[in-house]
Amino acid sequence: MDLCRVIGTVWATVKVDTLSGYRLLVVQPLSHDLKESGLPVVAVDTVSAAPGQLVYIVKSREASKALEERFNPVDAAIVGIVDEVRTSSGPLFRR
Amino acid sequence: MFIARVIGEVVSTIKHPALLGKKLLVVEKLTERGEPTGDSQLAVDSVSAGEGDRVLVLDEGSSAALVTDLDNPPIRTVIVGVIDSVDIED
Repeated sequence: MDLCRVIGTVWATVKVDTLSGYRLLVVQPLSHDLKESGLPVVAVDTVSAAPGQLVYIVKSREASKALEERFNPVDAAIVGIVDEVRTSSGPLFRR
Repeated sequence: MFIARVIGEVVSTIKHPALLGKKLLVVEKLTERGEPTGDSQLAVDSVSAGEGDRVLVLDEGSSAALVTDLDNPPIRTVIVGVIDSVDIED
């Protein structure tokens, strides 16, 4: 599971049917100190995240388990919105 | 599985049902000799690990389902042990 910031939305009317009804958000993976790490990916949103928010995603096979339909072509899914990232040296982020 | 150190915790109220009641810790991967690699990610805690603990982290889905005793959870990364010591042959 990776910390990410939502940076955009993908609109695609023509797509496989199991994806219809789901929002596709562009997310930028972050390291624990909230610096960009790696390239942005497109993730299916399951928690109604909004652009700008700090979220976390699950990737690969387990991402498809975040959706109701058993078999779906998804390899990244947003599974939570971050309220706070706490470390011993104080909060790194607070919503 | 990989060796990591717990360096923080994520508080999150809005999340996928499978994650409700689960503690989310920030873990940083370590080399086998314990040096931080800068590569960090989130893991579901299943052994009440605390900040600063050196832990064993599982990064594979079907085993994560076993550990969390959930049916097909969207979870891959689970802390499955708190490490006491690591011996590496020189």
